[in-house]
Amino acid sequence: MSGNATRGFSYEEDLLFERSRAGRCGVDLPRNDVPEVDARALLGALARDEIAGLPELSEVDVVRHFTRLSTWNAAVDLGLYPLGSCTMKYNPKINERVARLPGFAHAHPLSPAEETQGLLALFFELERWLAEISGMERVTLQPAAGAQGELAGIMMIRAYHAQRGEPRSRVLVPDSAHGTNPASAALNGYQVVTVPSGDDGILHPKAVAEAMSDDVAGLMITNPNTLGIFETHLAEICDVVHARGGLVYGDGANLNALVGVARPGDLGIDVMHFNLHKTFSTPHGGGGPGAGPVGVKAALAPYLPTPVVERASDGSYRWQHELPHSIGRLHGHHGNVGMLVRAHAFIRALGPDGLKRATELAVLNANYLLARLRGAFHVPYANPVLHECVLTDRTLAGTGVSTLDVAKRLIDHGYHPPTVYFPLIVNGALMIEPTESESREGLDRFADALLAIAVEAHQDPETVRSAPHSTRRRRLDETRAARKPVLRWQPGGA
Amino acid sequence: MTIASFRGDAVAKYEIPDDLYYTREDEWARLERDRVTIGITDYAQQQLGDIVFVEMPEIGRTLDRGEPFGVVESVKAVADLFAPVTGVVVEVNGALAETPDGVNEDCYGDGWLVVVKVTETSELEQMLSPADYMQHVKDRE
Amino acid sequence: MRYLPHTDADVREMLAVVGQPDLGALFDSIPAQFRLTRPLDVPQAASEYEIQAELEALAAQNEHAGARAWFLGAGVHHHYVPSAVDALISRAEFYTSYTPYQPEISQGTLQAIFEWQTMLCGLTGLEVSNASLYDGASATAEAVLMALRVAKRRKVAISGALHPHYRGVLETYLAALDFELVTLPRGADGRTLASEIDGDTACVLVQQPNFFGCIEDLPVLAAAAHEHGALLIASVAEALSLALLAAPGSSGADLVCGEAQSFGVPMGFGGPHLGFLTSRMSHVRQLPGRLVGETLDADGQRGYVLTLSTREQHIRRERATSNICTNQGLCLMMATIFLALHGKTGLRALAERNLAKAEYAKARLRAAGLALPFAAPTFNEFVVQLREPAERALARARAQGVVAGLALTKFAPELGDALLVCVTETASRAQIDRLATLLAGERA
Repeated sequence: MSGNATRGFSYEEDLLFERSRAGRCGVDLPRNDVPEVDARALLGALARDEIAGLPELSEVDVVRHFTRLSTWNAAVDLGLYPLGSCTMKYNPKINERVARLPGFAHAHPLSPAEETQGLLALFFELERWLAEISGMERVTLQPAAGAQGELAGIMMIRAYHAQRGEPRSRVLVPDSAHGTNPASAALNGYQVVTVPSGDDGILHPKAVAEAMSDDVAGLMITNPNTLGIFETHLAEICDVVHARGGLVYGDGANLNALVGVARPGDLGIDVMHFNLHKTFSTPHGGGGPGAGPVGVKAALAPYLPTPVVERASDGSYRWQHELPHSIGRLHGHHGNVGMLVRAHAFIRALGPDGLKRATELAVLNANYLLARLRGAFHVPYANPVLHECVLTDRTLAGTGVSTLDVAKRLIDHGYHPPTVYFPLIVNGALMIEPTESESREGLDRFADALLAIAVEAHQDPETVRSAPHSTRRRRLDETRAARKPVLRWQPGGA
Repeated sequence: MTIASFRGDAVAKYEIPDDLYYTREDEWARLERDRVTIGITDYAQQQLGDIVFVEMPEIGRTLDRGEPFGVVESVKAVADLFAPVTGVVVEVNGALAETPDGVNEDCYGDGWLVVVKVTETSELEQMLSPADYMQHVKDRE
Repeated sequence: MRYLPHTDADVREMLAVVGQPDLGALFDSIPAQFRLTRPLDVPQAASEYEIQAELEALAAQNEHAGARAWFLGAGVHHHYVPSAVDALISRAEFYTSYTPYQPEISQGTLQAIFEWQTMLCGLTGLEVSNASLYDGASATAEAVLMALRVAKRRKVAISGALHPHYRGVLETYLAALDFELVTLPRGADGRTLASEIDGDTACVLVQQPNFFGCIEDLPVLAAAAHEHGALLIASVAEALSLALLAAPGSSGADLVCGEAQSFGVPMGFGGPHLGFLTSRMSHVRQLPGRLVGETLDADGQRGYVLTLSTREQHIRRERATSNICTNQGLCLMMATIFLALHGKTGLRALAERNLAKAEYAKARLRAAGLALPFAAPTFNEFVVQLREPAERALARARAQGVVAGLALTKFAPELGDALLVCVTETASRAQIDRLATLLAGERA
């Protein structure tokens, strides 16, 4: 027995289109109480023919189809999902229930403020809480994900420099940064300048000073960085950037290491995003939706996206659309509101002590795994880590087993693999973030699995290299998929 | 010439033919009269892995030395192509649209990318010699 | 704390393994002057019971479509969502997983995305669909950015009948870039006129049906765009219209983008919703967002993977087609299930019912003596001219439990006191009759 994943009760399942039978339908409409309209007669050539590509299925067919599909997924509710920098923590069930309350789920964004006071009050509170947690002055809840938050933040930095009459053309990004950082800067028309990390994995004031100039709008930095290491020189780095008129953007992807312990705003960060789907427990949904609120210091508040929520002197809430220096609107409406409701519920559930405790336990869990795995895997940086740790496959040199193989073999043990081959500055990286949700015995089982794989790599490398063995599909040919892309089903497989 | 290099557990071997010119961006160039054939080196194709897509310039386009003119992609990496010499594109390897793996299989032969017509062949003398390129590869191993 | 499994003994023993005296020591890498020495100023922890009660109280303060006769749309539409949708997306394997980076243990999500891509191609009449963008507004902005890359020109021609919020987001996204934006005028019938297009135009962007509900004549606009080598982008804010109207891709649109909230995603005060973008295969390498492709596994069995990833930020960084990473995966799942349930015939029937209800409403409003200013055909939304200030009519209707529509005073002041009215399958004949009576100014 290699671990706790078993084959269980697993079905093959065709595509919806292959299951289709002419004449089936999974919905019944109510009896029509208005005159029928002949769409063809009314619309003529504006009307369409039959919809190619839609199947015909009963409700039973559809429910079985998607239930079977679901059984092919790993998930947080099934077990540890240690994707580094993704913070796959437990998603509380009360969050799901409250997000579905009709007064939230069926409210309309164009209803007047006086008819949606409960939602505006929730926005106002959540903004205040996020500002307090981060040490920022104001928060916008509009960005739909972390990357859109980055976009908003860099837009505000750009607007700030433009307003001061000194537009700048460059943004500094450390070499360990997430790819969204340079991409967000480029979307703002900035030239991206990569700043190298030091041999100790962190950024040094000297490297920033060398890249810094009066043409640099700002620096984007993740803290703790993608190695899980606190940027010890951050305050000094912020001083270097500020001294030349630049601003510092904080990527909040790793905020789970800091909540209740230290605040990015106190460290000198001017603007940052929060990933509510990471730090604040909203579910990842198979790829989203997330939410990426952005906090700013007072100097950037005039540039916040519109509209913003305000509380009037009578205690009522209203939308403020008139912000003359605003970067404008980023979302069709008010952002991924359902995620805001869930995050609100999470902060309420933990309170000040629970939020801090969660941070401490997330950091304890990462350090515990590091302690248990050190030696069997190579630890590229000696610095202490916070909420995640990075290991490499260097200890497996000569076995023919690489990081990818270790990741795939973990699947046979019932674990979703960690983030692999990131950050790019570490060869063969395994980036592990257990979060505070994992119990000690759960971590021990995971560590035991990785240790067993390290031994197996030396004794039976082929088994590791051909993993996974227990899944419904074995390794998939990504080269084939990319060379001759098949991106939709067509009748006859054309 | 072949160089061998220890990388992890395996010995990597890279072909570096003696009769070509090279760039620091891992392209090679072969001069025949006023025509220069351009491709990527064995080192480059091994680093990229299975190549899945090659983006080519249009025939007739004038390339300035150092200008990006195309892209070679594997599943998880992208490499820009930079013109090693100034000239006009007179041929592109159309077969790679269907079989980009040709670059992996024969990067110095059937896996060539483009042919440019040059006016100033002296630009090739500013490229790396096989020995210099070998050193450049070793420096990065 | 109910979400935290550690006992005090666990913490002690784990600290011993780590070699630290206490939890605080784990943070010694943070300089002391930056350590927070006070508790965060947020409310004390609450039990699940208390949270439920508090949020129920907040929810109760909001008007919602479940408790009113609902005629407010404007890009966010009230449609019935079959119970199977929520039951299935509540499978923890769907909603507590993440982006399918490891295909062997993500085949459920991957196959569903492939099915979505296929259905969206059929609905829009194009060849490739991505795996979602944030919402209709940002999808429209991404479509324009894509068109600028494809056409390598700098002029963007935008219909004056584009949703004003979509236009707002587009202007925000383009603010830093070198481009020129021109607005195409609206004709008397409510449709966009194909003027202002020339050899510098990268793309022509129209909403279908447009913000005022009018169905645009896409072939005419496509011909005008293509004559000058520009791309035609059709932005669809009411995705259900795709079931009834000629597929935009078949009518000449090169890119079709928009909002698929109508396919089973609750209005949710504006989000999370479901942005989409489809294109021709020839432009696939300029497409933003994730893509799922079919392939084989080591045993030769069919399976699915994320593919063509070199377009994306995690590989191409500052030269990526977009910065998007996390998308709207679970909303895509809702829409895929919604479309599977309705299928070819059910979706068409639902769209026809929307058309019939809206046509009935138009007839009733006309009969009540109100004018409909635009002659162009409509789907489930249209403009009605009032004989009194729009806000007054809305307030009177609201007092009677009817949310009558959107006042256009702010969005299109030239129309005077006009209302944008959306009529979906959820409106009963009696509710529509009541709407007509209320808007006509008589007592209900």
